Amino acid sequence: MALSDAETIRRTYWRENCRWMLILGSIWFVVSLGCGVLWVEPLNQVRLGGFKLGFWFAQQGAIYAFIILTFIYARVMARLEKRLGLEEPEA
Amino acid sequence: MSLTETTYWVVGASFALYILIAIRSRAGTTQEFYVAGKGIHPVANGMATAADWMSAASFISMAGLIGLSYNGYGGSVFLMGWTGGYVILAMLIAPYLRKYGKFTVPEFIGDRYYSDAARVVAVICLIICSVTYVIGQMKGIGVAFSRFLETDYETGLFSGMFIVFFYAVLGGMKGITYTQIAQFCVLIFAYTVPAIFISLQLTGQPIPQLGLGSTLADGSYLLQKLDQTLLDLGFQEYTTSVRGSTLNMAAFTASLMIGTAGLPHVIIRFFTVPTVRAARASAGWALLFIAVLYTTAPAVAAMARLNIMQTLAPEPGQHLAIEERPAWFKNWEQTGLLGIDDKNGDGLIQYSADPETNELVKLDNDILVLANPEIANLPNWVIALVAAGGLAAALSTAAGLLLAISSAISHDLLKRTLMPDISERQELMASRLAMAVAVLGAGYLGLNPPGFAAGTVALAFGLAAASLFPALLLGIFSKRVTREGAILGMLSGIGVTLAYVFQHKGIMFIPGTGFLGDWPPNWFFGIEPNAFGVVGALVNFTVSLFVSRLTAPPPESVRQLVEEIRIPVSPRSI
Repeated sequence: MALSDAETIRRTYWRENCRWMLILGSIWFVVSLGCGVLWVEPLNQVRLGGFKLGFWFAQQGAIYAFIILTFIYARVMARLEKRLGLEEPEA
Repeated sequence: MSLTETTYWVVGASFALYILIAIRSRAGTTQEFYVAGKGIHPVANGMATAADWMSAASFISMAGLIGLSYNGYGGSVFLMGWTGGYVILAMLIAPYLRKYGKFTVPEFIGDRYYSDAARVVAVICLIICSVTYVIGQMKGIGVAFSRFLETDYETGLFSGMFIVFFYAVLGGMKGITYTQIAQFCVLIFAYTVPAIFISLQLTGQPIPQLGLGSTLADGSYLLQKLDQTLLDLGFQEYTTSVRGSTLNMAAFTASLMIGTAGLPHVIIRFFTVPTVRAARASAGWALLFIAVLYTTAPAVAAMARLNIMQTLAPEPGQHLAIEERPAWFKNWEQTGLLGIDDKNGDGLIQYSADPETNELVKLDNDILVLANPEIANLPNWVIALVAAGGLAAALSTAAGLLLAISSAISHDLLKRTLMPDISERQELMASRLAMAVAVLGAGYLGLNPPGFAAGTVALAFGLAAASLFPALLLGIFSKRVTREGAILGMLSGIGVTLAYVFQHKGIMFIPGTGFLGDWPPNWFFGIEPNAFGVVGALVNFTVSLFVSRLTAPPPESVRQLVEEIRIPVSPRSI
């Protein structure tokens, strides 16, 4: 990949950013509105200790997943910026 | 020492701490006043954001909302909605607005949509959202004081106003940030300590999140026991009772999520960190700190509900005698949060789902958190801590909202629209003045809450979701959306949402003026008014995109602005 000119770097950065937003956004949807609301009944047939699985997603699991997703996004973007030479100077 | 004395000491100590911080962090420039000099560490900003975010409602009312009003599973909308928004904020909003690098949310909308009209519409939307929200906080301060410190409501409100006035006027965002960090520590400690005790007592498991899925002393699972107890009394099962319909739950969750990502007082917190990278990391930290309370709350909800029901009916068919009710029960009856009416005159309290025979006639949501330490027989200092925690939650959120309101007035209306020639010093004076007026105004509304105050916090989310969120998102992700599109989009989004709420809840919430009646058959696809923000957002998106197609594209400078905010630093050609 030729990263020589500014325009290519710009486009690569934005394309990668959108790709990650799409991937992580899909997981975000699946764990919350998916597992917690839309598919909660079938998931409730499965048990996780004292929890029905759907209920667990709605009141616990989705929130844990949100934290992980946000940190993954912060990390992959920081790496991408390093790779493309787009790191900001520390203030 | 009596309970009241202990409470005075603990609350007094926390207030002294906030004042000390305020004196040490005065703001000297507008940059310090609006965005704390952009020098806040991402972890510190995460804590401040968490305190900013978690209001009196989160601290005092949410567990009860989940455990009582929404009967368990239905309350999941708040848990997912008020946390899931941070993922959207971290990916779609915060990094780009941080890169833009100015002071307020309307400022971005005004610049991106090359129009003072757009800026003013954004200021109006911001003020509607933030004022509805701040009334709830002022009431929370007054109520917390009157319940724990036995002062009257007005004295409580004035004490709270004095503290906020002191650090918000003196320090602006800088003072608010450091006090919010202290307030986070107070409130999270105050929330988790009683939760750990109650979890230990019921399940022997110190971590409430795990205790919720553990077994009770008799070997049955806590949630199963709760489901069974509720069914016996004629309620729906705790773990499966849906709020309205699946569609309503999805719409409610989505509205709270995108409302979260569109609330100005949260967004501006991300302007205080030094870099775009720090803004993304900070969102993760904020969510982690928020999650400590938000994953504990459902455990408190279920455990406290079970505790209360087992007090009232130790075995199925057995009822607590009125004469034998415990001391905490009598205490909270005096505050009006609990109420009994021995309808059949047998001297026993029959609690059931049937309003005809139910004798526990008043069971307020707030009781689950407020009375928890007493029900679990915890020491006085824990009860005092809950008081300090509730006040910290209300004060920190009120301060954040007041800054959003006052900076929109002094910076967006005054500096950017009406009087662009004022100097830095004059603007700093103006921002302090605007803050002082905002605190007094909020205090006035707290003293004379308008009739619609009760239903307002949820409404603030619907309005933010329908007005500001789409304008911000389109401003970042589209170069083609025009000023006409954005202005009409914001107005139609907020208009549709307000119209829907008013037609069911009454115009300005005045009872009897709602012309469609507030019951499910008249709701649009069964979506309740509080969940309507997502529909308003869809209207906003549609109108913005459609009108933009019909109007002349934005100027080249705006296209460049969008290019610039999408990337942390300009790439260098090698």
